[in-house]
Amino acid sequence: MKFSAEINVMPLKEILDPQGKAVTGSMKNMGLAEIQEVRIGKHISLVVDAENEAIAHEKVEEACKKLLANLIMESYEFTLKAL
Amino acid sequence: MKFGVVTFPGSNCDQDIIDVLSKIMGQQVENLWHKNHDLKGVDMVILPGGFSYGDYLRSGAIARFSPVMQEVIQFASKGGYVMGICNGFQILTEAGLVPGALLHNANRKFICRNVYLKPATSHSLITSDLDLNKALKIPIAHGEGNYFARPDVVKEMEDRDQILFRYCDEHGNVTAESNPNGSLANIAGVCNAGRNVFGMMPHPERAADPILANEDGLGIFESILKTALA
Amino acid sequence: MIKHSKIPQKLETNQPASLETAKELGLLPEEFDKIKEILGRTPNFTELSIFSVMWSEHCSYKNSIVWLKTLPKEGPRMLAKAGEENAGLVDLGDGIACCFKIESHNHPSALEPYQGAATGVGGINRDIFTMGARPIAQLNSLRFGDIHQARNQWLLKGVVKGIGDYGNAFGIPTVGGELFFDECYNVNPLVNAMSAGIVNVGETVSATSYGVGNPVYIVGSATGKDGIHGAAFASKDITEDSVNDLPAVQVGDPFQEKLLLEATLEVIKTGAVVGMQDMGAAGIICSNSEMSAKGEHGMRIDLDKVPMRQENMKPFEILLSESQERMLIVVKKGREKEVEAVFEKWDLNCAIIGEVTDTKRLEYYMNSQLVADVPAEDLVLGGGAPVYHREYREPAYYKENLKFNIDQVAEPKDLKSVADHLIAHPNIASKRWVTDQYDSTVGTATMTTNRPCDAAVVSVKGTDKAIALTVDCNSRYVYADPQKGCAIAVAEAARNITCAGGEPVAITNCLNFGNPYVPEVYWQFVGAIKGMSEACTKFQTPVTGGNVSFYNQSSDEGPVFPTPTIGMLGVLDDTKTLMTADFKAEGDLIYLIGESVNDIASSQYLASYHNISASPAPHFDLDKEYAMHQVLKQLIREQLIVSAHDVADGGLYIALLESAMPNQLGFAIESEEGIRKDAFLFGEAQGRVVVSVKPEQQEAFIELMATSETEFSLLGTVTSGDLKVDEEHLGTVKASKSVYQNVLHEILGA
Repeated sequence: MKFSAEINVMPLKEILDPQGKAVTGSMKNMGLAEIQEVRIGKHISLVVDAENEAIAHEKVEEACKKLLANLIMESYEFTLKAL
Repeated sequence: MKFGVVTFPGSNCDQDIIDVLSKIMGQQVENLWHKNHDLKGVDMVILPGGFSYGDYLRSGAIARFSPVMQEVIQFASKGGYVMGICNGFQILTEAGLVPGALLHNANRKFICRNVYLKPATSHSLITSDLDLNKALKIPIAHGEGNYFARPDVVKEMEDRDQILFRYCDEHGNVTAESNPNGSLANIAGVCNAGRNVFGMMPHPERAADPILANEDGLGIFESILKTALA
Repeated sequence: MIKHSKIPQKLETNQPASLETAKELGLLPEEFDKIKEILGRTPNFTELSIFSVMWSEHCSYKNSIVWLKTLPKEGPRMLAKAGEENAGLVDLGDGIACCFKIESHNHPSALEPYQGAATGVGGINRDIFTMGARPIAQLNSLRFGDIHQARNQWLLKGVVKGIGDYGNAFGIPTVGGELFFDECYNVNPLVNAMSAGIVNVGETVSATSYGVGNPVYIVGSATGKDGIHGAAFASKDITEDSVNDLPAVQVGDPFQEKLLLEATLEVIKTGAVVGMQDMGAAGIICSNSEMSAKGEHGMRIDLDKVPMRQENMKPFEILLSESQERMLIVVKKGREKEVEAVFEKWDLNCAIIGEVTDTKRLEYYMNSQLVADVPAEDLVLGGGAPVYHREYREPAYYKENLKFNIDQVAEPKDLKSVADHLIAHPNIASKRWVTDQYDSTVGTATMTTNRPCDAAVVSVKGTDKAIALTVDCNSRYVYADPQKGCAIAVAEAARNITCAGGEPVAITNCLNFGNPYVPEVYWQFVGAIKGMSEACTKFQTPVTGGNVSFYNQSSDEGPVFPTPTIGMLGVLDDTKTLMTADFKAEGDLIYLIGESVNDIASSQYLASYHNISASPAPHFDLDKEYAMHQVLKQLIREQLIVSAHDVADGGLYIALLESAMPNQLGFAIESEEGIRKDAFLFGEAQGRVVVSVKPEQQEAFIELMATSETEFSLLGTVTSGDLKVDEEHLGTVKASKSVYQNVLHEILGA
């Protein structure tokens, strides 16, 4: 079975996110001061071939931990959908 | 001494470090190809600067899984000397061989310029022969050199004397203004707890030839030779 | 070998293309007629697309070639002359050659500054390594509109980041450049990128194709739909609508480029390569036709064999795609395995897409179906591509400018306010906000990182030699007087190389102009070419090639200043002759070499302090300038001076300050009788260099200068930090430097 995974990798809360900080600042300059705490991460989509959803989940988890996110500075979350 | 310099796809400082080690320092150098598992019996492995695998996911993230790195990790675990410069340092952190991570520079820009470094300890292979009271002028050239580690990790590193270099001003004062990239505690270089793996963002190989009118980086290579051959 | 007749019904479509379509593709009715005549029938859409890109200004130089041919191309050091190869090739002696070129990426950068600039860097470097040379230095010349406008800041930031991200990852140092702001560039910024590489004489590769049956390879990135019609797009005026043409912008991949560089240089070493050309503008069709025409052969190409990134690509899309980081290679038959092994090693695509034929035609197949059949020669510059003589007319403003008289301008009482104004002007102030984003130290050969110098000097590893590089063009001067202004650009470049201790040897040019169909614009073009010819002849610096970029104009704002950027190559046979621009010690004597003139025409001072734009080009005497360079070379050779810095934008005062700042020194000078003080300090009369001399060498210095006809005068001495003119205190080096260093940061942020 094939599953699609939609993964969000975000900088850890305690880490300065310069991109997010810069965008937050420009929101204010644009007159959108209501918008705060912009944080910018990565969205990764992929397809995983696995016997069932549990195995697919495991594979994506492994991919995230080993390569897609660096847990020292990033967190991740993802959703799986059967194709 | 026999050095091994790894070439990853996208490495671009490999030849520079080979030139310094072979032509300036007169040492034997082997070029190690990323697809190979053979370290060719070298005494020390250097991971050079560049943009390994394009650095597209995160700097160093993909290189860490290349065949040669499996050997380098093995080599380091047995106490072999490994040094990473710039992208090489990023690869070392990704591989977990030294603590911490390297984030985007605080100003979100690539920065290339001379900075000053204060050696923080003599108790390491690469700083053993340096004058702790002299600031070294060494260039940096990176977009992701903002050193980060959790406070408890930094504390532990400080306690274990694992900080090798801090960014400072030309007089050796470690100040906020002299920190070019936002690195935590001005950290520019570190080593692992076993003191055999070294990582630094600045490029000593770009300050080791009279033709460049700056030889402040030579002391680092001289330290290596003196101590390793002692 | 299969012979194919040119029967139209064998082609992809029976529908011959219409004149309307031809016009939509940017072809003129007479060009459409000429195509029909060449083919002996009406072309189909694929063929028409082929002609439209190959006959666009970008590929054919149809509106400029008549004048480009008048430029001096000959010289004892020339190994490949202009137009013969992808880039000029200059002999540096001892079996070493330098390959260098400059190219524009103006229109793509105006729409998407980051990718536009990045792919410009990629393209120019491919031009260098496709010849077998390893790039060792990059430069760029950038021009934007008013820096205080948000759009211009967006453009500047994007362009600089694009150049940095691409060049830094590619791993070749960016060692120099220029940055200039003027409102004339508000709509059309100029982005010119230059690269220089080193190759052993005799180890270069040509952009040619021959040998019937030899396989034709495409290597590098897969082909996508990016940049379709990009070349034609580049030849159109920019309007609001063209923003909707955004897919015409390509995305660069510096990582692929780095791999392609290494693989290309490695594959050349196998000796299996017949010819090679990179794919930039007009993609596969351009390299196929240019290589085939040069080698007087044909090609049979199966387009479906091209590695593709997108599905269902049409033949014309494959042919015209400007996907980056690709090369076309013709290989000796039987040596395929060696070639494929190299690309395999570097994990790059490498596919045979056809073979060389003796038909001199380019025959394109898609799934075994003939889709286009055109003669190679008729597509290319120097072959069948059209050549036009354009009308030109002197614009009214030119005579108006000549009426300028310095007496109409009141001499300011407060010289300090002028000095402060200039130091804080973005055109004068430090460009470190930009240059710090470029890796200038990779390669460990940039000699000018720690030595302030008028040109970038990069050592050629393994030899005692170095190359000196500079890009120069003061477009305000060229606008005021195209002929004189362009000659000045060449002279300034030569002056910079000479001040650096080098010998000027050749130039490359990037000719940025407005719409060539406007006679007043074409007059600027013609004038610039004449001035360049004159100066290049004098300095014995042949033109090795370059690039023409027309249509840098919009309907409402008019054309940009005519901007013929000069990229000059100089050589230092011994790196020891390098001369620096910084004052060395307090008490050293400061001399001006060259003559002081009562002239403020076209200066930054006149333009921004007095806001006067109508004036002629500044004082310039080509013969005196040349003579001055010769005596300067002698001074450097005999080690009679310890610094040399040319007087350029901002005049003498800024030149002195620039020499003073690196070592935190100052100066105390006296002005010259009979010359207005503002002209003396801030005028931009050409042909002047500030040098400093050790007191103990003063006598020898004067003795040597006395043997030449070049004028010189003692200005004063180097001080510990005060900046004084005629005992008047104009500031301190510390205060001036802190302003000068941070002007761009103040405007653009950290």
